[in-house]
Amino acid sequence: MLKIKTILTKEWAEVFKNRMVIFSVIFMPLLFTALPLIFLFATRDAGLSNTNSELPPQFAKMCSPELTSGQCFQVYMTSQMMILFMMMPLIIPVNIAAYSIVGEKTTHSLEPLLATPITTAELVTGKNLAAVIPAVIATWLGFGVYAIGAWIIVQNGAVMRALFEPMWLLAVFIAGPLLAVLSVNTSIMVSSRVNDPRVAEQLSAVVIVPLMAVFFGQISGLFILNSALITLFSAALVLLDAGMVYLAVRLFQRETILTRWK
Amino acid sequence: MIITENLTKQFTATLAVDHLSLQVSEGEVFGFLGPNGAGKTTTVRMLTALIGPTSGSATVNGFQVGKQDTQIRRSVGILTESPGMYDNLSAEFNLTIYARLYEVKDPKAQVEKYLRMLGLWDRRGDEAGTFSKGMKQKLAIARALLHEPRLLFLDEPTAALDPESAHLVRDFIEDLRKEGRTIFLCTHNLDEADRLCDRIGVFKTHLLVVDTPERLRNQLFGRKVVFHLLSASDELAASLRSLPFVREAKVIDNKLLVTLDDPEAHNPEIVRSLVGLGAEIQFVGELRHSLEDVYLQLVKNA
Repeated sequence: MLKIKTILTKEWAEVFKNRMVIFSVIFMPLLFTALPLIFLFATRDAGLSNTNSELPPQFAKMCSPELTSGQCFQVYMTSQMMILFMMMPLIIPVNIAAYSIVGEKTTHSLEPLLATPITTAELVTGKNLAAVIPAVIATWLGFGVYAIGAWIIVQNGAVMRALFEPMWLLAVFIAGPLLAVLSVNTSIMVSSRVNDPRVAEQLSAVVIVPLMAVFFGQISGLFILNSALITLFSAALVLLDAGMVYLAVRLFQRETILTRWK
Repeated sequence: MIITENLTKQFTATLAVDHLSLQVSEGEVFGFLGPNGAGKTTTVRMLTALIGPTSGSATVNGFQVGKQDTQIRRSVGILTESPGMYDNLSAEFNLTIYARLYEVKDPKAQVEKYLRMLGLWDRRGDEAGTFSKGMKQKLAIARALLHEPRLLFLDEPTAALDPESAHLVRDFIEDLRKEGRTIFLCTHNLDEADRLCDRIGVFKTHLLVVDTPERLRNQLFGRKVVFHLLSASDELAASLRSLPFVREAKVIDNKLLVTLDDPEAHNPEIVRSLVGLGAEIQFVGELRHSLEDVYLQLVKNA
């Protein structure tokens, strides 16, 4: 445990001196939080015109009768942006994890680190937590700011209930951290297997593609996320994460990394 | 301390280490010499359990490579070819990280001990990235010693250092030797190896030779004594060649260069012979071949 904590402390002390990491941990959540708030602010006086007909039918029928059509449109559009809170824990740790490994490479610090009695599992866990924790905290903080901002702007109980239905709480507080773990382990796995750390950074970013598909799928009305889907998604992520952590430890081959990275 | 038996490392198409059999005893400073790409770093990496051998076996501090790797890593110190410090972190923090990873009982005290010992205490709060190469190297040496290993692997400890820093590092290695630590020293600096090492092994994928620097010199070149004369001649050289213990004698300028197996025993007789032949001896000294001569000869023959 002490070694994991040491790696965690070291990673944070080091990566948070990197501008790109600071940008991804601070600026990205700010931006992703601001977008739905700006939209809510811009549509705060949404008219009473009947916009339901312009919404995807599967969404329109989900709008509760207590909402006006304008508010329903507001909820619909904002819900699209809630996916951003699932993207955050996916994107932020890619930068941290990639930097934490690339950093070891560029400073030639990996060899002395691997020469210590630390096990691969401890090292990978330390690096995992170092990337996952800031991503999750930044996401949750962003969501908190969004919740407060939304209440100030909307000031309507019905809209707030629609905006913060259990599905999104599940997505942000359960699926979010699981997505972060998935993202970090993808970075670690890719970094361990390729020759060039820059390639690792780029390949790791591919992990966001499936979530982008969900984003566009929902925006185009192809499907609408619901609690059952998110629960199923989270359950799948638990299994996927367990497999990814196992693989990341197995594939973090000290010898390959030491001898391939020139 | 170190025993290897036919230790071999094959990378896909490259044979890096070929059947290395070697023993390094406790308290010994062993110099591991060889050209670039000879497989020295690969050997160190195998012996410090960073990479596994393809075949053969090795025991380090009583632990078997490939089977007790964590114990090996816990019991040895390593100075890697590149210091590999975390440049954004302070010197003190750098060492504290490693003290914790090496499970040092009192990390703070141990870090202070080595920072003071290596003259870095006043700069402890500065980022390692602001240090000169020599200071970084000293910091890396401190890192290798934090857990007080009895066996140290030093890979090119003075490479790329200015003469003053190199001198400081060499003095420190000398101090470590006096403490009775075993040191496995990879170096290109043959003068350094000559001064510091009890034995050297010349390596080029496989081990070419292992012995003390002195014995290697004698084996390859014999021991040569130079007699500075007022006037040297071929006749004098021919007379000396007739003596049974003289392997060779030749004239170079006004000097007679005589090759002997045991100069201490035979020099007095040579001096008597020369005086008897009317030679006026100004000065007698031993011509010492440098380790570089030995090394170049061995590597060339390989």
